Amino acid sequence: MSAVLAVERLSKAFGGVQAVQGVSFALGEGELLAMIGPNGAGKTTCFNMVNGQLAPDSGSVRIGGVDTVGRPPREIWRMGVGRTFQITATFASMTVRENVQMALISHRRRLASLWTRAASLYRDEADRLLERVGIREQAERACSVLAYGDLKRVELAVALANEPRLLLMDEPTAGMAPKERITLMELVGEIVRERRIAVLYTEHDMDVVFGHADRVIVLDRGRLIASGTGDEVRDNPEVRQVYLGSRGRA
Amino acid sequence: MSSIVVQFLNGLAGASTLFLIAVGLSLIFGVTRIVNFAHGSLYMLGIYIAYSAVGAFGAAGALGFWGAILAAALAVGLFGALVEVLILRRIYQAPELFQLLATFALVLMVKDFVLWAWGPEDLLGPRAPGLDGAVAILGQRFPEYDLFMIAVGPVVLGLLWLLLNRTRWGTLVRAATQDREMVGALGVNQKWLFTGVFALGAFLAGLGGALQVPREPAQLFLDLTAIADAFVIVVVGGMGSIPGAFLAALIIGEVKAFCIGLGNVTLLGVEVSFSKLTLVIEFIVMAIVLVVRPWGLLGRPQAAQRAAPTHIEPPLRAALRGLAAGAAVLALALAALPLTGAAYTVVLMTDILIFALFAASLHFIMGPAGMVSFGHAAYFGLGAYGAGLVLLRAGAPMEVALAAGPLAAALGAAVFGWFCVRLAGVYFAMLTLAFAQIGWSVVFQWDSFTGGSNGLVGVWPAAWLSSKSAFYLFVLVLCGAGLAALRRILFSPFGYALRAGRDSPLRCDAIGIDIKRLQWAAFTLVGAFAGTAGALYAFSKGSLSPDLMAIPRSVDALVMVLLGGVQTLAGPAVGAAAFTWLQDTIARNTEYWQSLLGATILIIVLAFPQGIVGSLARLGTRAEAE
Repeated sequence: MSAVLAVERLSKAFGGVQAVQGVSFALGEGELLAMIGPNGAGKTTCFNMVNGQLAPDSGSVRIGGVDTVGRPPREIWRMGVGRTFQITATFASMTVRENVQMALISHRRRLASLWTRAASLYRDEADRLLERVGIREQAERACSVLAYGDLKRVELAVALANEPRLLLMDEPTAGMAPKERITLMELVGEIVRERRIAVLYTEHDMDVVFGHADRVIVLDRGRLIASGTGDEVRDNPEVRQVYLGSRGRA
Repeated sequence: MSSIVVQFLNGLAGASTLFLIAVGLSLIFGVTRIVNFAHGSLYMLGIYIAYSAVGAFGAAGALGFWGAILAAALAVGLFGALVEVLILRRIYQAPELFQLLATFALVLMVKDFVLWAWGPEDLLGPRAPGLDGAVAILGQRFPEYDLFMIAVGPVVLGLLWLLLNRTRWGTLVRAATQDREMVGALGVNQKWLFTGVFALGAFLAGLGGALQVPREPAQLFLDLTAIADAFVIVVVGGMGSIPGAFLAALIIGEVKAFCIGLGNVTLLGVEVSFSKLTLVIEFIVMAIVLVVRPWGLLGRPQAAQRAAPTHIEPPLRAALRGLAAGAAVLALALAALPLTGAAYTVVLMTDILIFALFAASLHFIMGPAGMVSFGHAAYFGLGAYGAGLVLLRAGAPMEVALAAGPLAAALGAAVFGWFCVRLAGVYFAMLTLAFAQIGWSVVFQWDSFTGGSNGLVGVWPAAWLSSKSAFYLFVLVLCGAGLAALRRILFSPFGYALRAGRDSPLRCDAIGIDIKRLQWAAFTLVGAFAGTAGALYAFSKGSLSPDLMAIPRSVDALVMVLLGGVQTLAGPAVGAAAFTWLQDTIARNTEYWQSLLGATILIIVLAFPQGIVGSLARLGTRAEAE
């Protein structure tokens, strides 16, 4: 079985700063992989090279065996990659349902249609997705008036619209209350397991990382320094030093 | 050889003036984030004031002359400070569009003020004492004053560099350019910093104008020519970059000088007048730069902007049944209008319908798609000229000519739009304005084909539409269909995708929407609608002139949309009706319609930012809530 996402020897420099250096990892069906590291470790850079926002200096990114380097994010999405953002990006002047309908319309390539009523397209399908993420009753509300935690759910429903095989989530629980974080990650876990979706996410919150990820990779100063289950990574002396600033104690 | 050297020197002299205008625009934008559309007006004010000041003190010899120039520039600087304190301070938090419009209101008011104070004739000032001769360069005579002008650009660049890098005030300006909020957090009184920068920018534009007094006559159209040039330079050099402005001014100055120097040249058997092609060549330079470096030669990419949370519009709702029935009744009532026999009303209503379609086509890209065009009249004009030229030059029947109008407009919109959609926000507005100004000058200067400034006459409809009533009904059907189609498209996936692109380009990219392509398609599509309105307008008047596509007409359309309310769908039609009726009533009684229009814009921007329909809707919801 080929990996859903295979990253090999990825590197990127900004001016003289080597932000990411020779990072490799792979991700299989239905697997949740967390990418962690202190500030400036290269998480975001790495993440943006996978989703197509940044072009790497060298190395390759393969999704379902196809090299995606040089493709814009919108093409990568068409290969079955859903995304959520650290700060939610939704269409504020549309209702919750319309946000999901927009993604469905794009997925079915109906964007150039000038005469059909958009609001009546794929309505039931959008409602089913909203049902799945638990905000069906808010379908008619404008996104601009939603609570932040609910916006995160809208993003999740939007990300599921193209039946993705890979989900990229940049700090999925950033800006949420601790209790909400756990329910949201449990929801993500349920959905990706039932749909066999592979998930790559970056995270600051250690509870979220160790409680929900199948595997964790740790970056520091652009390099991958550890990889394994939550417990393995937690006990890794190098990781301890990076996070706690001392070896062996604590 | 010697003539090439002289052309080169001419270019350098021109570049200094261009630099003085553009650098102020760039500085002001860097600190206040406001694109000052009135910057060309400040330049024009500089020429006029200097003309009068030189007249008053010029007799006192060199000291009087140079004193007058400096005094004129200082006066313009002071005027700039006043404008900043009285108007701009109130709108720093407003949406970009309102800021642009407020400065445009100034353009209109300054123009009328100049007309009132100095009259419509061209005024040429005296030569500069001490620099009124010419020197021989490689056997050719070159004016001493132009040599002086060549030095002005680099000297001002150097002084600005010293000011910004060697003084505390300059450090604050540079800091504010990078991060306004941080400068505020450090306890700097931003109010006076902004005022100071605006005054400095105004002073530089005024100086640029004042120094032109011995070189060219003061004319009433200089404001728009100057602002179009300044926009081109800022786009080429990179917004906010002072060395960029200098470099771009040099390039544009040289390109212009060489075009004028080349004069008429026969290329492949066709006589081409390069001196008339200066604006087209500028356009080509700008186009190349935009393709190679979208942020200008020395500019930096625009930071992603998030919409201010207070200006988000509510989701679209399908019209209530009552509204649909109301529209049907309105259409019937309009169709019955000719029966009343009110001939003047029929003509006025024809205008209103045409402008309703024109305004709605602008609203389509400006509201839902979030692309504020300051040059929409270009497509209105292209439609009118397309129809008129096919009718008169090709001898086609009126029906064919009418179809040619929107085609020509869509073609023009497709070409210009391809460049415009690469930019967003104020850059987009600047580029659309520059393109419109270019279109206008081509039509204005191409005497043999477009009739030049006289325009074309004899653009009459076919016999079956020759009566005013028949033509009115024809316009009612076409414009009604156009308005209905635009509305329908707004509710379609295409319309939704455009709103999606306005709300969050990032999210669009992440769900496979190629937003630039859709925006380009939308720009072209509304070009066709605006072109239809333009072609109908030409046939309703029987003639056309370059005024049809001049910048003030683009602004008329913007005001119509804002008057109605940019976040409403019925707004453009209501705004067009109110505007056209007001113009018809007021313009007949005063010479100074433009400054009244300017004042109206300021009132809308400062007091009723939601427009007529928006304010009514808000009253409605408030009443419902109570």
